[in-house]
Amino acid sequence: MTETMDQIFVLLKHRILAHSPVSVQPIFSAALSAIAILVVFATLFALTTILERKGLGRFQNRYGPNRVGPFGLLQPLADGLKSLTKEDIVPHSADGVVHMLAPIVLVVAAFLGYAVLPLGRNMTAINLDAGLLYFFAASSVVELAIFMAGWSSRNKYSLLGAMRAIAQMISYEVPLILSTITAVMAAGSLSTGAIVESQTGYSGIWPHWFVFTPWGFAGFVLFMIAGIAESNRSPFDLPEGESEIIAGYFVEYSGFKFALFFLGEYIGMFAICGLAITLFLGGWAAPFSFLTWAPSYFWFFAKLLVLIAMLIWVRATLPRLRMDQLMNFAWKFMLPMALINLFAASTWHFTPPGAIRWIVGTILIAVPYLLLGRGLMQSNKLEKRTYRFAD
Amino acid sequence: MTTPVNYLLISALIFAIGLAGALVRRNAILVLIGIELMLNAANLNFITFWRYSPNPEALTGVMFALFSIGVAAAEAAVGLALIIAVYRHFNTTDLDQVDSMRG
Amino acid sequence: MSFAIIAVFTVAGALAAMTLRNLVHCVLALVVAFTGLAGLYLQLGAQFVGFAQILVYVGAVAILIVFAMLLTQSHEPLAHLTVAPGWVTSSLVAVAVFVILAWSIRSSAVGARSIQPRPEITVRNIGDSLMSQFVVPLEVTGLLLTAALVGAVTIAMREQRMNR
Repeated sequence: MTETMDQIFVLLKHRILAHSPVSVQPIFSAALSAIAILVVFATLFALTTILERKGLGRFQNRYGPNRVGPFGLLQPLADGLKSLTKEDIVPHSADGVVHMLAPIVLVVAAFLGYAVLPLGRNMTAINLDAGLLYFFAASSVVELAIFMAGWSSRNKYSLLGAMRAIAQMISYEVPLILSTITAVMAAGSLSTGAIVESQTGYSGIWPHWFVFTPWGFAGFVLFMIAGIAESNRSPFDLPEGESEIIAGYFVEYSGFKFALFFLGEYIGMFAICGLAITLFLGGWAAPFSFLTWAPSYFWFFAKLLVLIAMLIWVRATLPRLRMDQLMNFAWKFMLPMALINLFAASTWHFTPPGAIRWIVGTILIAVPYLLLGRGLMQSNKLEKRTYRFAD
Repeated sequence: MTTPVNYLLISALIFAIGLAGALVRRNAILVLIGIELMLNAANLNFITFWRYSPNPEALTGVMFALFSIGVAAAEAAVGLALIIAVYRHFNTTDLDQVDSMRG
Repeated sequence: MSFAIIAVFTVAGALAAMTLRNLVHCVLALVVAFTGLAGLYLQLGAQFVGFAQILVYVGAVAILIVFAMLLTQSHEPLAHLTVAPGWVTSSLVAVAVFVILAWSIRSSAVGARSIQPRPEITVRNIGDSLMSQFVVPLEVTGLLLTAALVGAVTIAMREQRMNR
């Protein structure tokens, strides 16, 4: 019974495929997976917008949207209708074709990454041998879409926003990829399916997730920080910086195209969270051995919702960084920490199991963390800022 | 089934387009783009000959293409840095106006 | 069939990258050509190279070119002549190169080669040979990339320091 519940979507897909002719089955199978991913994550997007607005409202001691439907739950529907019926304004001097293509490229590139995420047992759309490489290749196209949007608008604010966004994404892509290498080393494969498989064991009731090792924990934290920066979310939302450059690269977008940017941003964020779950939080594996009766996809989406809640919490808590702080943090803290973490992971790999490797692994990460953090605090002259031009 | 000839012809065509661009265009960045296209055409050749070789398990073509991608990335970085330096000096990226030795 | 579509896209992208007037359009067309080439690699069974191609060329080189373009203010459409003076000779040379290459490909024995069964190339194979048979080229590439990084920073910085 639990087996059937676990595999219900896989069985359903096989049932549908059995009725189609053999020649179109591969295409049909891919289309079914794509439709499922599109529907599920678009719904999750709608759900997250309302949850985020309500959550932020509670953090700021107000109610948040509560007019449309019960508890305001139909707000995303109203928002969608509004953005669909709004006038689509294209600036007179804008580059029409590129201006139109940018949001489409962004959303397509954001969705491409999901093809390799294992959403449950046997529920990977394409199980590629170089899955992780594919994920990063797909997400690197997002930078190009952002540039297209910023440049084609012919607006200095959107161009500045695009330059900021690209500089930030390139800087944080390095620690992002370096922190994933630790999980790849432990699993011995670039395939996302194999990485999850290697974390499904239990000792006693405790799972073998990579996050429960010193290097895995540091890798997870580094990955999430770099991932937040990669998806341009607060506190790394400088590309949008309403107070400085109004809304960054999508100032000149309105109506449905604006909604597409919004969608692309959230879809990218879910993809990063999904990858974090796959690499460090055991993917679809249950958190305790006595909870394995629940279906695997349930655990994936439960973890995804927890991570999204964490991101909303971070957004409500931390103020936005300044550009120099952002770059200093990336190159003087994240990058050295990611490299040291790589070294710690290989040391862990080659020391025999036992208390000694826990001690060595923790020291190898904690000492550089303290030293680098202290260096960062001292180099950031934290006295009153002098304004050169504003006086 | 496609034969290696098709892939090689595409590769030759891209090489010729890149060559024409590198020779004809005046902007330094476009010349660099032309050179990148030529390098990519060479990569396509490596992969084609690897796939149609008697023993593809040897992986030599794939390795050559990977190293070539790495070298092309280094070349692009240095080339663009040079273009920026030239621009700072001459205030143009038009190669025909960058013609004095003293600067 | 899919080969024809990808090939048309790739060649059209390459042609547009070399002929359009607006430099940013050229780079976007170049991205189409790079993606098409990655598609051709995937068709040939070189999955790793295909994804590396997209990661390096679309994610890094194209972005780098765009940055250089914005820093040199050559992203506005060009008003004056965009081709070099000797463009007729140059294009003739390029056409001649293509004709010679195509003729030699046509007349060579390579077309008669039969395709081997698709080899089982995993990322593990590639990693193993990178760390054993090809370890020296790998180290040299690493050295070259480091040197290029330092060199690029030095070249781009020097002028600024002299002005100060």
